[in-house]
Amino acid sequence: MNRAADTWLIRKATLPSGQSTDLLLHDGVIAETGTRLAAAGAQVLDADGLIALPGLVDLHTHLREPGREDAETIGTGTRAAALGGYTAVHAMANTEPVADTAGVVEQVWRLGREAGHCDVQPVGAVTLGLGGTRLAELGAMADSAARVRVFSDDGHCVSDPLLMRRALEYVKAFDGVIAQHAQEPRLTEGAQMNEGAVSGRLGLAGWPAVAEEAIIARDCLLAAHVGSALHVCHVSTAGSVEIIRWAKSKGWRVTAEVTPHHLLLTDELAESYDPIYKVNPPLRTATDIEGLRAGLADGTIDCVATDHAPHPSEAKDTEWADAAFGMTGLEVALRAVQQAMVETGLLDWAGVADRMSVRPAAIGRLGGHGILPAAGGPANLTLYDPAAAPEPVDPAAHASKSRNSPFRGVALPGHVVATFLRGTATVLDGKATS
Amino acid sequence: MNRHLIAAADLSRDDALLILDTAEELARMSDRPIKKLPTLRGRTVVNLFFEDSTRTRISFEAAAKRLSADVINFSAKGSSVAKGESLKDTALTLEAMGADAVVIRHDASGAPHRLAGWIRGHVINAGDGMHEHPTQALLDAFTIRRRLGGGRSGAGGLDGVRVTIVGDVLHSRVARSNIALLNILGAGVTLVAPPTLLPIAVDGWSCEVSYDLDAVLPKSDVIMMLRVQRERMTAAYFPSVREYSRRYGLDAGRMAMLPEHAIVMHPGPMNRGVEIAAEVADSPRSTIVEQVANGVSVRMAVLYLLLGGAELTGEPR
Ligand SMILES: [Zn+2]
Repeated sequence: MNRAADTWLIRKATLPSGQSTDLLLHDGVIAETGTRLAAAGAQVLDADGLIALPGLVDLHTHLREPGREDAETIGTGTRAAALGGYTAVHAMANTEPVADTAGVVEQVWRLGREAGHCDVQPVGAVTLGLGGTRLAELGAMADSAARVRVFSDDGHCVSDPLLMRRALEYVKAFDGVIAQHAQEPRLTEGAQMNEGAVSGRLGLAGWPAVAEEAIIARDCLLAAHVGSALHVCHVSTAGSVEIIRWAKSKGWRVTAEVTPHHLLLTDELAESYDPIYKVNPPLRTATDIEGLRAGLADGTIDCVATDHAPHPSEAKDTEWADAAFGMTGLEVALRAVQQAMVETGLLDWAGVADRMSVRPAAIGRLGGHGILPAAGGPANLTLYDPAAAPEPVDPAAHASKSRNSPFRGVALPGHVVATFLRGTATVLDGKATS
Repeated sequence: MNRHLIAAADLSRDDALLILDTAEELARMSDRPIKKLPTLRGRTVVNLFFEDSTRTRISFEAAAKRLSADVINFSAKGSSVAKGESLKDTALTLEAMGADAVVIRHDASGAPHRLAGWIRGHVINAGDGMHEHPTQALLDAFTIRRRLGGGRSGAGGLDGVRVTIVGDVLHSRVARSNIALLNILGAGVTLVAPPTLLPIAVDGWSCEVSYDLDAVLPKSDVIMMLRVQRERMTAAYFPSVREYSRRYGLDAGRMAMLPEHAIVMHPGPMNRGVEIAAEVADSPRSTIVEQVANGVSVRMAVLYLLLGGAELTGEPR
């Protein structure tokens, strides 16, 4: 797929700042901006009414390959990402084999390049086999062709405080960041859903907010002590937001993400006992949603990350306790964020560009992404129609191999019209180009 | 009536009273020499038990057989389920076998909800995880109504009756079903347990909570003791069985603090000497043996009402 020579003239797009402009894409960069641009032989896309966002960047994607190609492959997952407006995703390390060596992260990185729908930046495991006892060769992964900078045992918490301290310290040598799945394991043994009124009624074992907050507080203190960068995955409680706000007020190097589902859905959905709503960390309460939205609005939470976690249907077509944790998210994330943050007046489109592209690219140390559209910049763009009438989400129509979207049947606004990766259209007219 | 009986919380007061009144009628018929009624002849009831519970399974089996239904016992142990077959595939198999009703006991909360979405037959919850055990609550209400109803054996609700439930409320489906049904029937409920064995959000439940059993006993018409599992001790819910028993067990001394008319209930199986002393379990106040007999009548009523059997003529045919 070599269409780097493509030239695109995008007419009358609206920049995140609100300004209207034409954009001329050539040779992988934005060659020119301005009004009434002309270019002989260019393909023309009328973007009147569309917002030109910098290509979205996901810090938290489970692509499942290698090992669980029945749930997702790098090919299907990155096509789903492009359809959601993403030009780069960070592939989590909990594959089979685990991405804990230079060999595995390079393989994932190469498969991503071959698929070509979006850039795949592998995340390396913090500990060998996600076992939580011995550090993986973090330096080897950093020095590999995949240039890993984000390390995470996601799915598991690095609960041993000494190991967490060492990991935070060690990655300073190559400007790395430890992305923590904050879950105190003893407080969440057998946990099935948020601990609260609903879990008590349903008789499902509770996953208390304090199990997340206690680890976040500890990790913030550790990061401060060793002067390292901590990233907190999928923040799910209002209390966590307060702790992170406090840590940031101290000037500590702490960043955080929130998922689209935690911005919109509550634990009351578990009343159906349908495990499509089973996720880790669990859906919380309306109070938590309020805290998370406020945190994302004021920048305490730096970014939205999908935690796209595809599962085959049999993993969800079962009783709650037996079902897998996780939800897909790539294809609806931007629409969900419009619903939760823009429609509510909490973020404008400049804010969305910041939280879904600029900041996640910065946290991931990802060059060439997260740059606001401007002449000379990379032609990584998402053209989005925020005025598209709300349509119910239909997981059966998703490019992801899995169907476990919690937004099934939920009407969400907006529509990703086109996505460009270094000047090449990966999505046109809402459809993947390959 | 709803199509299924999954949770006591789903019942209306009228539904609950209809079940209890029907159970009374069926109990009266059971006192006759010929116990069997032809009302569910040709209907198939499957007992689908993923947890060992001989007493509940036998009770449902007796109930279905007295109504002349065909009974299939499907135990998960040693079956295709043990070999990894999913609940959904098992459900579809039962459907193909023509199950009119499936009585399900499962260790996962919500399994009956899921089952109801996959099959056409009626689903009766015989206990799901820590969620509900509605027929236990119905038989308990039936027992309370009979014992406290004085001369007019069992009619109306339980308005004003003070019921105290003692023990591991957190993990108990029996407690959840009883709290829901007793509320529906107008009784007042007080929970007594160590704080570790109460749900974190229990203050939102429509009942009183106390940590002091002795203070509650004199104000109880019914005291319901829950089974406490020894494993809870190793998970630090309480320090030792002895301490639990001292603080929350019902012995003869505590029984003496109850009002004269008060009754003592236990859903079984009992841990004699832990939550209940032998002399209490065997005392005239204890309804434990009656509860077992009443269980069959109540389960007959549920099967009869859900499966819409032929008219109850009052005469065995
Ligand atoms: Zn995670």
